[in-house]
Amino acid sequence: MLTPTYMDYSSTTPVDQRVAKKMAKYLTMEGDFGNPASRSHFYGWQAEKAVDEARTQVADLVGADPREIVWTSGATESNNLAIKGIAHFYEKRGKHIITLKTEHKAVLDTCRQLEREGFEVTYLDPLPNGLLDMDVFKKTIREDTILASIMHVNNEIGVIQDLQAIGDICRENKVFFHVDAAQSVGKLEINLESLPVDLMSFSAHKIYGPKGMGALYVSRKPRVRLEAQMHGGGHERGMRSGTLATHQIVGIGEAFAIAKAEMKDEGVRVQKLRDRLLAGFSDMEEVVVNGDLDQRISGNLNISFNYVEGESLMMAISDVAVSSGSACTSSSLEPSYVLRALGLTDELAHSSIRFSVGRYTTEKDVDDAITLVREKVQKLRDLSPLWDMFKDGVDLSSVEWAAH
Amino acid sequence: MAYGKKVMDHYENPRNVGVLDKDAPNVGTGMVGAPACGDVMRLQIQINDEGVIEEAKFKTYGCGSAIASSSLLTEWVKGKTLDEAAQIKNTEIVEELELPPVKIHCSVLAEDAIKAAINDLKSKAS
Repeated sequence: MLTPTYMDYSSTTPVDQRVAKKMAKYLTMEGDFGNPASRSHFYGWQAEKAVDEARTQVADLVGADPREIVWTSGATESNNLAIKGIAHFYEKRGKHIITLKTEHKAVLDTCRQLEREGFEVTYLDPLPNGLLDMDVFKKTIREDTILASIMHVNNEIGVIQDLQAIGDICRENKVFFHVDAAQSVGKLEINLESLPVDLMSFSAHKIYGPKGMGALYVSRKPRVRLEAQMHGGGHERGMRSGTLATHQIVGIGEAFAIAKAEMKDEGVRVQKLRDRLLAGFSDMEEVVVNGDLDQRISGNLNISFNYVEGESLMMAISDVAVSSGSACTSSSLEPSYVLRALGLTDELAHSSIRFSVGRYTTEKDVDDAITLVREKVQKLRDLSPLWDMFKDGVDLSSVEWAAH
Repeated sequence: MAYGKKVMDHYENPRNVGVLDKDAPNVGTGMVGAPACGDVMRLQIQINDEGVIEEAKFKTYGCGSAIASSSLLTEWVKGKTLDEAAQIKNTEIVEELELPPVKIHCSVLAEDAIKAAINDLKSKAS
């Protein structure tokens, strides 16, 4: 069977062969399988050495001190630990949190939980290009604001927030700043030595490492304290108990080290592919790029083919694996909340496709995708009553629809 | 989401795609759904002098199941009288296409579309 071309790198990435090879050395009797917490024998020491090396690799990529890295099971856990950890530790100082409507569910749902516990959360609307409105952000900060959680790069539209500017505002107002960097780490330069960020969440599987592995950066200067969410043997300086998964940790370390070495060249190559993809659609009618095109991560193209429903287009281009903001891909029948927060009409949100290219994408993959998409969009538009109406000059917003 | 064979067949080879003259006295048009909801169906039927549906056309904006439901319906209504066509239930479409629960609304929309087309024809006659 021919497998579809993978263009969903923002969802997950395959583990790099070099990473997989190294991870395999930390599982079996012949390998370093020991418990890194075993202080009394060779097996434990070997595993601990591997964990220490990985911690340094992760810290090196982002300009942190290895002691500022806490292992977690992924960015979702990192986000939970950062937000709940700050809220619970500092609740006497204040109970107000600020975030963005376009954050990942791991941030939004964590905030919802804190609301149930009596915290107050402000969910800010982004600008139509997806970026944070700095003036509105400044005005939203109150005496009792303890935390702002703003993602670095959005998972759906790929837009990049200005961490320096947001962090400066947070520092001025003594508000902790948490950043979900799952989509940016290893793709954009991050230097936590100079960036005014207190907490940052990382994931391994978005950058050619294993699933089920992540990390949380917890700043030492200025010192940030967290209330643990997982209790037990006091691992990770008491912030996250649980036996360390040596092979997973080695995996994130190696993936981050490779990213550090190859990030620059890879960024250029991936952006070329993305731009080639966009160029392939640019002469089509009624095509809209969602989110800011300049302040955007290199591999992401979120694009709406107006008057064509996203799920049917995904079905038509099943030889290419992509995501859609169409309601039909979710069980809720609501189109993407991220695209709606940008102020997109429902029909444009329903018509969106997210292409994300990466390390193993080739020019041929891109060219084949362009040919296929163009053909199928035409086919579906020929089938679309909305396209007919558009061609007849009917203003769809003036039509009274029999909504159901 | 994996689709059934019949949905894929209708989706890949939709039957009776097209447009009939909506102003003709023997043509009824039903347009249901809304772009905001992610599906819009336009179903048109044309009757002969005996009141039997001799032609049916559709265009649909929506997911694969919505396209398949309307395509199937155009096949079913041909050769039926208006009263017979009005009897078609969405559950029959669900059964034929083996639609999962989350796609049942597509079949409901198709049933609404044929009813709207029949009403349009009847209002033209009166």
